[in-house]
Amino acid sequence: MTAAEPIRLLLFLVGVATFVGLNAAYLVWVERKGAGRFQRRAGPTEVGYAGLLQPIADAGKLMSKQLIVPPGADRVLFRLAPIMMMPPAIMAFALLPFSESLVGIDMNVGLIALFAFSSFNVIAVMLAGWSSRNKYGIISAARVVSQNVAYEIPMMLVIITVLMVSGTLSLTAIVDGQSGAFWNWNLFALASNPLMPVTFIIFFICMLSETNRAPFDMAEAESELVAGAYTEYAGMGFGVFFMAEYANIVIGCALAVVLFLGGWHSPVGVFPGVFWFLVKLYFMVFLVIWVRWTFPRTQFYGLLNLSWKILIPISIFTLLLSAVMIKLV
Amino acid sequence: MNPFPASEYLIPLVFLLFAGATIGGALIAVFTKWIIRSVCGLAMASVGLAGMFYFLHSPFLAMIQILIYIGAVCITIVFAIMLAEPDEPQDGYGQHSVPWNLGAGIVAAAVFWGIARLGVTGDWPTPAVRVSDGGVEMIGVALLTKQSLALEIVALILLVSILGALAVARKGRHIE
Repeated sequence: MTAAEPIRLLLFLVGVATFVGLNAAYLVWVERKGAGRFQRRAGPTEVGYAGLLQPIADAGKLMSKQLIVPPGADRVLFRLAPIMMMPPAIMAFALLPFSESLVGIDMNVGLIALFAFSSFNVIAVMLAGWSSRNKYGIISAARVVSQNVAYEIPMMLVIITVLMVSGTLSLTAIVDGQSGAFWNWNLFALASNPLMPVTFIIFFICMLSETNRAPFDMAEAESELVAGAYTEYAGMGFGVFFMAEYANIVIGCALAVVLFLGGWHSPVGVFPGVFWFLVKLYFMVFLVIWVRWTFPRTQFYGLLNLSWKILIPISIFTLLLSAVMIKLV
Repeated sequence: MNPFPASEYLIPLVFLLFAGATIGGALIAVFTKWIIRSVCGLAMASVGLAGMFYFLHSPFLAMIQILIYIGAVCITIVFAIMLAEPDEPQDGYGQHSVPWNLGAGIVAAAVFWGIARLGVTGDWPTPAVRVSDGGVEMIGVALLTKQSLALEIVALILLVSILGALAVARKGRHIE
């Protein structure tokens, strides 16, 4: 390692922190605008042109609010939960290959590292729900665990399928294996697995569930549980959870782009670069928002049945199918 | 190629950080009265251990440590607690008589002394070169060749435990 390495890492960290903050702020704006459009209304319009300064006003409001720890709550864990939520999300960003050279740490086990960091997410939400000593919080904590345990399994099976096709755990190498035009992407790797698009759909559903997005937002089902695990959080305590939620959405979408959509490679084979990564990333984010405002929330039993009775058998089948295809071809 | 600046201070600092997290987490897990904080202590100790593995050039092991211990073990424990445990620790819970505490202390000290002595004075072989890069390929090859018996046994245990869980769950449904 040279002396330039710490400077590069520091700059990357500053960049990631800025990216996460801006993303969280402006994805909320996009979400509200999108929700407005899907429901035939305008969304935020008042603060700034087309409501563009609304996130800054929201941030100011959240930061100026008092942080309240409810009496009877477990004070230490109540404060610890938002702190446990944010750093793993930021650390995960350091692993994402935005382009060939724009990557914080190119680990040879990058994919596993990404899942390791995202496993903090569940325990943080669960601690938040449990420690606030609130019935909605505890119901939400129980839900988030059973939901995440159920959806981790098809997610991992899908990941193993993709791994067998690409043959590496390094995110950069996975993207490199999909160079060229769009028919080289893993999404269309039909030679090694004819059901690859199905695999992608399973991945997308699991990603929605892991990031607690509607129609699977059982953890903060606002019409049933007020705000679930976040009910008792005021001010920036809630703000951190909100930021981490959007950071996790971006990570999930980036993972979809890396695993299935060819990362920084262009769909027509010319001008690869970070531009294409961001275009694909925000297309996926738009899909997530679109799904949220189009589908109603599922029932909890429906959610678990979907995972255990439909997604897991299909993903095991695709895994076996790709094993057979790779062996034969 | 000039070395990483201040590495002679950074390396012990990082080591101390991870060691502190491991030991501190373990102490929290043992001494706290709230069982959910014990789980948090366990999680902290796991993070410390994972950091130690990373420090020893085994990123794969480090990440698996986090994935399994925080993503699976801790979450399963907390799930069980939430289904079963009353909220408040009762009075007198976890308090034992003096001879009991003394005996436990002596056993713990003896085990600690034994392991520490073994670690410090033991005749550990030092490999001249790094055996492998701790990567996935080496682990995969080892699991399917030299360690295949262990792999099979683990698979068998998992199968038996799944079957056992199924049997218990099925029996439970018919109890009125």
